[in-house]
Order: sequence, then structure tokens, then C-alpha cells
Amino acid sequence: MKNFIKAGFKPVDSLNDPDDGHRWSIMQKLLLGLTPQEYFKQLRRNPFNWLLFIIFAVGLPVIVYRYYMGLGSVMHGSHDYPWGLFLGFGLFCMVPLSASGFLLGTTVELFGHKKFKPILNLALLNGLLGYLFAVIYLLVDLGVPWRLYYPMVISWGTAAVLFLVGWHVATYLTVQVLEVSETFFEWINWPTAKKYIHSGTIGLTVAGIILSTLHQGALGTLLTYAPGKVHPLWYSSEFMWIFYLCSSVFAGLCMVIAVSTVVKKTMAWRCNSDFLDNLDAITIGLAKGASMALVTYFAIKLIGMTHDNLWVYLTTGWGTWYLLEIGLGVVLPIILFSIAIRKKSVGLIRFTAFLTIAGLLMNRLNTALISFNWNLYQEIPHPLETIISVTIFALFIVVYRFLLYRLPILYSWKAVPAKALASVPVLDQAAPISTQPQPEHQFAKGMSS
Amino acid sequence: MSGISRRKFLKSTVVAGGSAAAAMSSTKSAFAMKEFEGYPDSMGVLVDLTRCIGCRTCEAACNKEHNLPEPAVPFDNFSVFDQVFHGGKQKRRPTEKAYTVVNRYETKAQGAPVYRKIQCNHCSEPACLTSCFVNAYKKTKEGAVIYNADVCVGCRMCMVACPFGVPAYSYDSALHPEIIKCNFCYDKRLKNGQPPACVEACPQDALTFGHRKTLVKIAHERIRSNHKKYVDYVYGEKEVGGTSWMYLSSVPFDQVGFNTTLQKHPILDNTKSFLGIVPMVLGIWPAMFLGFHLLAKGGKGEKEDKSKNKVEVHGE
Ligand code: SF4
Ligand code: SF4
Ligand code: SF4
Repeated sequence: MKNFIKAGFKPVDSLNDPDDGHRWSIMQKLLLGLTPQEYFKQLRRNPFNWLLFIIFAVGLPVIVYRYYMGLGSVMHGSHDYPWGLFLGFGLFCMVPLSASGFLLGTTVELFGHKKFKPILNLALLNGLLGYLFAVIYLLVDLGVPWRLYYPMVISWGTAAVLFLVGWHVATYLTVQVLEVSETFFEWINWPTAKKYIHSGTIGLTVAGIILSTLHQGALGTLLTYAPGKVHPLWYSSEFMWIFYLCSSVFAGLCMVIAVSTVVKKTMAWRCNSDFLDNLDAITIGLAKGASMALVTYFAIKLIGMTHDNLWVYLTTGWGTWYLLEIGLGVVLPIILFSIAIRKKSVGLIRFTAFLTIAGLLMNRLNTALISFNWNLYQEIPHPLETIISVTIFALFIVVYRFLLYRLPILYSWKAVPAKALASVPVLDQAAPISTQPQPEHQFAKGMSS
Repeated sequence: MSGISRRKFLKSTVVAGGSAAAAMSSTKSAFAMKEFEGYPDSMGVLVDLTRCIGCRTCEAACNKEHNLPEPAVPFDNFSVFDQVFHGGKQKRRPTEKAYTVVNRYETKAQGAPVYRKIQCNHCSEPACLTSCFVNAYKKTKEGAVIYNADVCVGCRMCMVACPFGVPAYSYDSALHPEIIKCNFCYDKRLKNGQPPACVEACPQDALTFGHRKTLVKIAHERIRSNHKKYVDYVYGEKEVGGTSWMYLSSVPFDQVGFNTTLQKHPILDNTKSFLGIVPMVLGIWPAMFLGFHLLAKGGKGEKEDKSKNKVEVHGE
């Protein structure tokens, strides 16, 4: 892709072809304005795609195998460890990392901090995809996945916290689809629908806050069903939901920082100047929010420790592991963020965001898997279980990238190009792309950084 | 009955959380209605470890009663007592092929080995039941906790929740995996007032079937009349809100594989502090955040902000 851009190619970002004014067809929009041959050429050229290809070549058959042979064929099938990576990672980690949607929705739409506007769509998409893939992980993990809708329509276990999680994830997913659909309607050129959705923004955002507050907390509460199985250091019947809710705040914000970093590095050609120019300032703003959440989290962790009098456990092996998690995932990020914010060092902020995410992953895996059954034995995930988890994550990346390439998320859609409308050319093929380098082109500049 | 009002309260909160989100508050009360009436007639079994000789007759009887698969090691072979798993840390447990197992423990307190039968304890306020989001479990008036595979989604939350590590899952079935656990022989026996197969088969009278209330009395009576022999504790009388199956032992319970650190109140209570906030969030959040929103807008002048908004959306 970079090479095409260098060559002066301009990916579709408007309703009509700016050169001749004809409307882009869906196909052309899908191929970003490249011809199929060119499109596959750029696919093949990217070594990352080869890595993805290998992952899918191995992983997809394993997923098929799982549905034919049953869960036992890809998991240890342990009665003591009913949950493995699919839920431990797919649900417990993906959901907090996807809190970004409701956080930035609130900031921009409700509190009117327009400064964050350029990143809002990215945050919303990140939220949507995170939840979507959490559900996909769930579909792999459920023993009877085709009954996924049972808690919605067939049989209601209304006293169960999982019931609340199920309902909320389902409704919130719908809310997020609606939120993101605004950009989709723009892309397929259906302005009425876009306007309609836009008029409901505030309602959707408020719904997002309510649902998120509740199910992020509920996820933590799920583990209060298993007191004694979860190690006391990671368990608190009183505070579990506050821990989970609060950590989802910095997780979601750091995820936006992390994703925007990747985007800036790998697909700057797709970003408009509004996004690229403001990104550093936005990143610092996000880091401020994240560090506030981190400090709060650390404080309530301390309160929780004192409340349940857990200090004695700190001297054990579990204590060391716990301190490592808190040290690397909470305390160090607090320090680094404060230094970076003071020095306005965006690079350090980005590094710290990744570190914080790692800390969060550690926390969720520790609670749901590693410290689970701490007084029984430890279980190492089945190799096939790991392969499937990686495959689904790769799928997550592919879908993420596919949408970012196309929908007006990093750039804004140009609905009416003024000049081009004048002439009405009769071109029914994609404009051939010049292979002559045109370095003065605006997109080439973006790429050289 | 505090237990009942607690459950009722918790149920209606979650229903509110689920249904309000889906704007279905009208059906709310209908689903919060299903209530336990308390368990005045709950039956139970008292397991006296001092009487158990580890003959595995109960295992065999249960296997036959429920047409379970042939065991890998026959029931008259006692080498199973030597089996340990996961680096010696774990003895046998109920699996998808066995509703109940008997384990042997060599203890410091006593020269002779002690045997312990494990099966579902049929809790009074079962964690499996309250954690299941499709209501697959039911506590019958006779005290049995039974499971309905037809609605089970296979999330295995109940396995995570059961404090005794009882439910097993048939992971190897691709099309009809299900939870497998002791059902107190509900369908063929308990429902008709008959004792379960394992109880009937026990040659040592180690298992006593009766009303739970009576069994509690019998248990304490046995301890009183023979306080040298028994540890002064009835396991299951109070654990996680009480269980229908209870145990007496001559050695400290933690030496024979019992979890003695379990809370005395029902597992369901642990979700209380969270469920308490659900109605608050539902009630307060919308107004609060809309208020914030109006404030934020008002600060900048409402009209101006709106038009600015539009320009920003379309005009870049
Ligand atoms: S022992 Fe476990 S499976 Fe049996 S009723 Fe209690 S919680 Fe449920
Ligand atoms: S595995 Fe089945 S019975 Fe157990 S909690 Fe999930 S849906 Fe309910
Ligand atoms: S009560 Fe019935 S199902 Fe349960 S262990 Fe005994 S024989 Fe088996």
C-alpha cells in the first residue's frame, strides 16, 4: 500500500472520483480505488499478511475440528478449570480493552470536549470490535453455541450475574453497531440513515454509559461466585466490581493510545491531517485520563487490601506475583505517565500505554485463570486452545484493518467534491494508476514520517 | 425467612438490570415471581465417615441406577484409592462418567484410613443454581438440586461457582455436551419418597436418609453420645448456607479433603454489593449524565454549539 501511495495513488475518500467526478462503485470502494490486480499485489507485498496467512492456515482447520470433535478435543476438558483462554482472554480481557467506546463517547458527546473528536470514531470502532470478538470467543467456548440466544428468549436465569452480563453485552453491542453505523452509512452514501442515527447520538451515549458501568463491574462480580477458588489477593466480594470497572477505564484509554500508535505507524496514508496533527495532543489528554484512573485504581486496591487484611499473603509466592502485577501494571505506569505528561513526551506515553495493557492482561488472566484453583493445581492451556485464541485474535486484526482502510474513521468523507461535478465523464473503469512517482503529492508526505 | 427475602430482592434487581436495558420492564414481575418456598420438607443424607469402609458399593449402585458407562477400573478393585492426579495434589472427583466417588485418606490423627464419599451436596441455596443464567437448575421441594440439559448453553459458570467442585461436563460430546452430576436419584426414587440407590446399597449404614431437619438432630445426638469418637462438627450444616448432604467424621475435616474455609452464608450473598448498585445506576445515571451534558452545552451557548457541531461533522 505504501508503495502505491508513494506512486501518487489516492485511496477512495469521497463519494465521487475527484478526477472525473463519477461515483465510485461499491467494488471500487472496497478495493480502495485500486484494480483487483493491484489490490492483491499490495496484499502479497506485506509480510504481515503472510504471517496472518500462516496463522489462518493452521488455526481455521483447528476451529473446524473443535466443532466436529467437541470442546474436549481442543481443551484439557478439566472439571476443575471449566474456563480456559477463550473466556479468560477472550471475555475477561477483550471487554475492558473495549471500554474505549463509551469513554470517549461520554467525553466528546456528553461533556463536549471537542478536542478528542478526531479519535472518537476510532474509539467507537475499537469498542465495537472488541465486544464483537468477545462474543466470537464465547461462541467457540460455549458447549452448545447455537443456544447463545437462550438466555435472551428461552429461559431466564434472572438471579444470575451472568444473565446481566449476557443482556448487557448484547444490548451494548447493538448500541455500538448503531454508533459506528454512522460512518458506514456515510461510506455507502445513505445520508438519511446517517442523519437519523446522528440524531440519537446522545441517547446511545447515555445507554452506553449505563450498560458499560454495569457489565464491566458484573464481569468482576462473576468471580465472587468462586470465593476460595480465586486467590484472596485477587478476590474481594465487596470491591470486585469497582476494581473491574475502574481498571476498564484506563484499559480502554490505553487501548486507544496503543491502536492509534499502530495506526500512525502502519496506515498514516489513511489518516487525514485532522487526525495526524492532533494525535499527539489527544494522546497526552488520554494519558491524563488514564493516569487518573490508575491512581484511583491503586487507591481502591489499597483500601481493598486493608479491608480484607491481605497483607500476610504478600510474603508468599503468590504475593510476589501479585506485587509484580501491581508494580509493572499500575505503579510503574503511574510514574511513567506523570513524567511523560510533564515532559510532553508522547513516545513515553505510548510505551506506558502498552505497559498498562500488559498489566491489565496480567490482572484478568491472574484472576480468571492463573490464581484460580490456587490451592489445587495449575493448568497450562492446551496447545490447540492457544492456537484458536491466536487465530481469533488475528481475525480481529484483519477485520479491524479492513474497516479502518475503508470507513471514514481515520479520515473524513468528502461528500461533494466541488470541482469535479462540472464535467460528466464517461468512464466505467477505475482510473488507471500512474506508476510515475509524484513526491509532491500530499499523501506521500504522510508516508515518509 | 431472611434467605427468601434476600433471594427475592436479588432476583428483582438483576431482572431490572436485564430487562430495563431491553425496555421490557412489564415482564419483570412475572419473572421475579418464581420463588423458593423454603424447604421444610427437604430430605437429606447424613454420611458418617466413621462407618464407611471404602467398599465402593455406593459407586457401583449409582453407576447401575443411572446406566453410567462401565468404569475403567471395576468397582471391586481398590487400587483406585491410590490414584492421584496433577502431581499428587488431587484425588479422584466426580466426573462425566461417575456421579459419586469414594476416596481414601491416611491421616495423622488416626492409624486406620478414613474413607469419604463425594457427590453433589444438594445445597439449600445452591451456587450452581443461582449462577446459571438460563435457570437450568432447580431445587425441588424434596431437596434435590436437579439439572435440565435442554436449556443449558454450556457456559460452565455453574462449575466455576460450585464450592464443592461437583458438576462435571461432557466435553467430548460435540453435539450434546451437558453438565453431569448426582441428582439425588430424583426421578426414579426421591420423588416417590424412596432413598437414593447409593444409600440403599451401603452395607455399613454409613449413609442415613431422612428429613434434613431430623438428620441435623441425629448428627448432634451421635456426637453427644460418643464425643470421644467424633469431631464436634457437622459438615454441611452451615457451609454455604447449609447442604442437604452432611458429614460426620472422627478426624478433623480438613484432613479428609473437606474445604473447611468455606463461608457460612450462601454464595449468592457475594454478589450483593454489586447488585445493590444496579438499580442506582439505572435510576441515577441517565439523569445525571444528561445533566452534565446540558451543563457542558450550556457553558458554550447551546445554539452556537449545535451549529458548530454540524460543521465539524460534515465539513472536514
Ligand atoms: S454441591 Fe455444587 S452442584 Fe451440588 S447443589 Fe451445591 S453448588 Fe450445586
Ligand atoms: S453450563 Fe449450563 S447449567 Fe451451567 S451455568 Fe452454564 S448454562 Fe447453566
Ligand atoms: S444420590 Fe443417586 S445419583 Fe447421587 S450419588 Fe447416590 S446413587 Fe448416585
